[in-house]
Amino acid sequence: MASITSQRETRGGFNSVWFDKQLRKFGIMSLVTLFTAMLAAAFLTPFFYSALTSIKDQDQIVASARGSIWPVDQLTYTYEGEEVGIYKVPMPDGNIRELALVDKGRQSSDFIDPAAADAGLVTWEGSWRTLDPVEELAPRWENFPTAWEEINFPLLVRNTLAIALIGVIGTLISSIAVAYAFARFPLPFKRTLFFLLISTIILPTQVTLIPTYTIYARIGWVGTWLPLLVPHFFANAYNVFLLRQYFLTLPKELDEAAMIDGAGPLRILISVIIPQSWPVIVAVSLFHIVFAWNDYFAPLIYLLGKPNLIPISIGIQNFNFQYGSKPHMIQATALMGLAFPVLVFFLAQRVFMRGVVITGVEK
Amino acid sequence: MSTSQQSSPFAVGAADSPPAVGGAGSLHRSRQIWGLIFVSPWIIGFLAFTLFPMVASLVLSFTDYNLNEPDQINWIGLENFQELLYVDPLVGTSLIATLKFALIALPLSIILPIAIAALLNSPYLAGKRIFRTLFYMPYIVPLISGVYIWQGMLNSETGWINRLLAEIGIMGPNWLNDVNWIYPALNIIGLWGIGNAFLITLASMQGVPTELYEAARVDGANPWRRFRSITIPMISPVIFYNLVLSLIGLFRYFEIPYILSQGTGEPGQSTMFFTIHLYKQAFVFKEMGYGSALAWVLFVLAFIATFILFLSARYWVYYSNEEF
Repeated sequence: MASITSQRETRGGFNSVWFDKQLRKFGIMSLVTLFTAMLAAAFLTPFFYSALTSIKDQDQIVASARGSIWPVDQLTYTYEGEEVGIYKVPMPDGNIRELALVDKGRQSSDFIDPAAADAGLVTWEGSWRTLDPVEELAPRWENFPTAWEEINFPLLVRNTLAIALIGVIGTLISSIAVAYAFARFPLPFKRTLFFLLISTIILPTQVTLIPTYTIYARIGWVGTWLPLLVPHFFANAYNVFLLRQYFLTLPKELDEAAMIDGAGPLRILISVIIPQSWPVIVAVSLFHIVFAWNDYFAPLIYLLGKPNLIPISIGIQNFNFQYGSKPHMIQATALMGLAFPVLVFFLAQRVFMRGVVITGVEK
Repeated sequence: MSTSQQSSPFAVGAADSPPAVGGAGSLHRSRQIWGLIFVSPWIIGFLAFTLFPMVASLVLSFTDYNLNEPDQINWIGLENFQELLYVDPLVGTSLIATLKFALIALPLSIILPIAIAALLNSPYLAGKRIFRTLFYMPYIVPLISGVYIWQGMLNSETGWINRLLAEIGIMGPNWLNDVNWIYPALNIIGLWGIGNAFLITLASMQGVPTELYEAARVDGANPWRRFRSITIPMISPVIFYNLVLSLIGLFRYFEIPYILSQGTGEPGQSTMFFTIHLYKQAFVFKEMGYGSALAWVLFVLAFIATFILFLSARYWVYYSNEEF
């Protein structure tokens, strides 16, 4: 649209008018972009909060409620065998000196200069509570190794990836087959079936939950991965829709040529359709991996009391239900939980967002 | 949901087979059988994981089935529903909680995706791709991580929201422990979930034909007028789709309040949403019969709400091709 506007302006003739318009446009552009950047920053601020909190300890968190948001410690000085804090003290001559507080008083306090301890005590008039402490960055990186060990991160990742990858295999095999049927074959009541498939998207899952759970409990599946895996071998509406839309765009001539060469429907699927469909297959796989990584409800009910089988979401939850009073550990584990899906997203954002758009807009 | 691209059932057979009598029919039948084979995973799955459990939960809702005593199952008629309507105080509480939450959540779920999409669609915005990625990204964050991060942000003592409010001289509320502020807080946490909604709204906006805007500009329509009279009607199918998903999301709403309150429904009983009540009855107290009754009430309510929404669609949703 920008080119259309500028064309029309140049037709006006005067260069200065054109220049004014460009300047105005640049001004609006800067404002809109700045506003959006601030909005985005606000939207993403919680990540910075989490990152900074995750490398603090309990005392730093308490201190940061009032003071610096960074993980900092106050510098100290050992005076007569005692650790005392160093403060920024404004002197009568206008200079600010960094002095260690050795004797606290309400009206006046005694300080000592750590750089010149021999000079003796300095008395300062005023309330020491108004003074700013001298601080240095002291991030507690060790929170991450601690969290890693305490939640048994390798086990959780192994469980989660195993559940995710088996699920990917299941959903790919079944959804590709079903999408192929909807895209290429005559079916009785095809429209009704497809409508039914899509309407399962808006079915509240609770209505099927209890009997499903009851049956799983009866056949001994509760407490195993099977409830998290087996249903994915029976196709899923989103994936079928996504795959079907893609298959419909593939030219039928290739299928027909293969058919004339004597290839059966399965052969055509494997050697003609699938080789042309890698982008959408990758998208479905990524969606499923992220889904499985983030899934919370199903493992919550089916893997209760099985600490060796749980995926990362439940691992983080169990750990933090027990350590509710340690905000730094909560944030460290939260970041460990989101690192993988966010990384996958950044690496494959194009594929990802295109898949979302197809399922959302074309329905 | 258009199926127009599919050929009619006879097209393949008629085109490819020799004109011999019966040849087209048998090829068609063979393709139909193959089609049924390929579609069977979903049909079996639908029967086993959707239809059968739905019917079974309806049947269970008329029993006193408890998983702790799985061998004693009695038909108790409408007792569960009577209990639910007249005795159980948490049913009313949880429905009111859902309603209070919805009063903020539903308008937000319509306005925010449109606002962000409109901003990202602006011709005056530089770096669109980056912003689109950044605004979408939180959607990928696991719920468990997102809730913990926001729980920290909203902490009344150490959280950054109240710290920021304090900078401008406002004493921030105790977001997560105040029965009045918990609903705004839940909605703030929910902001990270708008990725999908704004992304498809944006894609839909980009699909609006530019001739329409040009024509309106010639007619002297200002930007706001163009947005209201062209953009909104043209993207109304996507608004509708988002609204349906938000509505269903309300009835399913579970994870965020569950993680926040560890299932207690605190503060007060403000986060005792219907699904949490259902979860506790079914999976803590193992009352599968009563839980099924709750689930069916939820299903019927969700169905009615969705149905009304679908009925309303003809008055405000614009479909350029009348195929829906």
